[in-house]
Amino acid sequence: MTPKTLLYETVPASGALLYLEDVTVLFDGFKALDIERFELQDKELRVIIGPNGAGKTTLCDVVSGKTRLTTGRVYFDKTEITSMTEESIAKLGIGRKFQIPTVFDGLTVYENMELALPRHQSLFGALFKNRTAEDRDRIFSFLERVRLADSSELLAKNLSHGQRQWLEISMLIVSEPKLLLVDEPAAGLTDEETMRTAEILLELRGQRSIIVIEHDMDFVRQLDAPVTVLSEGKIMSEGSMEEVQSDPRVIEAYIGR
Amino acid sequence: MSDTKRRAIATVILSAIAVVLAFSLDIESVNKLGKYLALAILAVSLDLLWGYTGMLCLCQSLFFALGGYAIGMYLAHHGGPEGIIDASGWKLPACLYVVYPYAVGEVQSDATVPWFWKPFYSLPAAVGLGLLIPGIVALVIGYFVFKSRVRGVFFAILTQAFTLAAWLVFCLNNMKLCGTNGLTRFENIAGYDLFHPNVKLCLYFISLFSLVGVYWLCYAIVKSRLGRVLIAIRDNENRVRFSGYKPYQFKVFVFTISAMIAGLGGVLYAPQMGIFTPTNMEVKESILVVIWVAVGGRGSLSGPILGAIVVNLTYNFLTSKWPESWPFVQGAMFISVVLILPDGLINLLRKWKVLKSKKNGDGPHETPEVEDVVSVNASSNGGATQ
Repeated sequence: MTPKTLLYETVPASGALLYLEDVTVLFDGFKALDIERFELQDKELRVIIGPNGAGKTTLCDVVSGKTRLTTGRVYFDKTEITSMTEESIAKLGIGRKFQIPTVFDGLTVYENMELALPRHQSLFGALFKNRTAEDRDRIFSFLERVRLADSSELLAKNLSHGQRQWLEISMLIVSEPKLLLVDEPAAGLTDEETMRTAEILLELRGQRSIIVIEHDMDFVRQLDAPVTVLSEGKIMSEGSMEEVQSDPRVIEAYIGR
Repeated sequence: MSDTKRRAIATVILSAIAVVLAFSLDIESVNKLGKYLALAILAVSLDLLWGYTGMLCLCQSLFFALGGYAIGMYLAHHGGPEGIIDASGWKLPACLYVVYPYAVGEVQSDATVPWFWKPFYSLPAAVGLGLLIPGIVALVIGYFVFKSRVRGVFFAILTQAFTLAAWLVFCLNNMKLCGTNGLTRFENIAGYDLFHPNVKLCLYFISLFSLVGVYWLCYAIVKSRLGRVLIAIRDNENRVRFSGYKPYQFKVFVFTISAMIAGLGGVLYAPQMGIFTPTNMEVKESILVVIWVAVGGRGSLSGPILGAIVVNLTYNFLTSKWPESWPFVQGAMFISVVLILPDGLINLLRKWKVLKSKKNGDGPHETPEVEDVVSVNASSNGGATQ
C-alpha cells in the first residue's frame, strides 16, 4: 500500500514531524491513552516519563502501528499513518526499540544487524540482492561502538541482557529511521552501560528525531532534553527537566498516591 | 571446514553409498528404498516450513497426494487392459471404469473420460501439473491465511482441516477420481513396463537425484538473505514487521515452494508404489511427516532425510516381524525424541563429535554447540541477577 498523502490544508500547520490529534485508546473500556495534542519537531530529542501504567509504551505502540487508536489521528512527515500497517510505518521511517529487548535469537549478531538494514526488504530483494561491502563496513562500525564486533558471529540468544539492549539499539540506528522510538533503553543496564547508551543516543541528537521513554532519572538528566510527563494516559506537563520536576502536579502523581 | 563444504562432502559420500546399495541389494529392497527417498523429499519440504519458518503445517500429505494423483492419473491412462473407449475416442482408465458414477438412466456406453483427466495423458504435463497444482493450491491458501495473520496452533489446525476436507472430496465416487479405491492398475511409464527391474532401478535413481536437488535448493534458500528473514519470522514475527518486512510475502513464498517439493515427492512415490489411494492424503499421514522431521532433527534439512529413512526402515523391519508393536514403537520414538533429543538424531552425531573433541582437548572452534549451551546458561543467570 502506498502512503496516502493528504491535502495540504489537512496537514497540521505547525510543520511538526510527528503530530497526534485527539488520540484515545481504550482497552476494554479502560482509557489507556487520552492525548489532545502531541507534537514532535524534526530532529528533536524528547523524553517521555511517567509512573507505571501512564501510557508511555501505549504511545509508542500507537505511533508504530502496533496498537490501533479508538479515536483520533496520527500524522508523520505530512502523511496520515493512523491506519497503516506496522511494516508501512516502518518503511516511512519510524523505527522502534522495544521495552524488553527483542532481537532474533536464531540469527547471529551480524545477521541481526543485516536484517535491520533498510532497502531490498521485499521478497525478491531478500532472495537476490546481497548486501554490499559498504553495508558490511557500516554494520561493523556500529558493532564496534557497542563493543559487539568480536561477537558478530555469535547467535543472539547467547548475548547478555545489556548486549541485547545495545544490539537492538544498533539495529534501530542502522535502519536509518527519521524517528526513533526508544522504549526504556537503560532498563537492566549497569551504570556504566547506561552512560554509554546515553552517549550513543546523544550522538544522534540533531540528526534524527528521537523519543526516549525512561524511568531512570539520572539517565534522563544526562540526556538533557525536553520532557513530557504522562499520567493516566494524559499529558500532565511539558518542559525542561527542572520545570517538570517542580510542577506540583507531577510531584503529586509520582509521590502523592 | 565451512558448512557448505561439509554438506557437499556428505552429499557425495551418501550418494555414492546409495548407488552402491542400488547395485548390491535385490530389486524389491531398492524399490522400497526408492519410496523412502521420495518420502524424504516430503520430509525436507516440511522442514522448510516447520524447522526454518516455525510453521507447523499439517497439510503436507495433501500436497504430496496432489502430486501423486497427477502422476497416478497418467499411469492409470496408460495401464490396465480393461476399460472402454468413450464416444470421443478416449480410453476410460480401468480404475475409473469400475467405480464410474453413472447418473440415473445412464449405461456403460455413456461413460466418458472427464475433461480434467485429459491433460494427464502426457507424462511431461502430468509431472508439471504434479508440481504446479500443489503450488497453486498453497499460493491461494497461503495468501489468505497469512494475510489474515493466522499463526501457530491455529495454522496447524486449519491446515489439518484442509487435509481432511480434501480427503473427503477425493473419497467421493462422484468426483470421478476413483473414490476410495484410488488409482490402480499401473503398468507402463513412458512406454516401459513399470515392473521391470531396470525401470524400478531407474525410478530409484531419479528419486535420489531429485532428493539431492531438493536438498540443495532448500539449502540455497535458507542460506540466502531470505532464509535469514524466515528464521527471524520463526523467532519473532511481530518484530520483523517493525523492521519494514512483510512477513506474509515470505510465508506465502516458502509455503508455495514447500508444497511443490511435497508434490514432487508424490510424483516420485506413486509409480514406485504401484497404486495411489486417498489413504495417502489422510490426516495421519501429515502427522507421520511431523514425526520423521522431529526424529531426524528439524531446522537442519539433513535431519528430516535421516528421520524419514530411519523411521520407515524401522517400520518396515518391525511390521514384518512383530506387526502389533509398531504403534508403540512409533509413539515411543516420538516421545523420546521430544524428551531426550529435542534436536533430533542428526544432533547425536554432532554431540558425539563435540564430546570427542573435548576429550582431545581441542579448542572451542570445533565445539560451537557446547559453547552455545554454556553461554546460554551464563546469560540467563546473568539476566536473573539484574
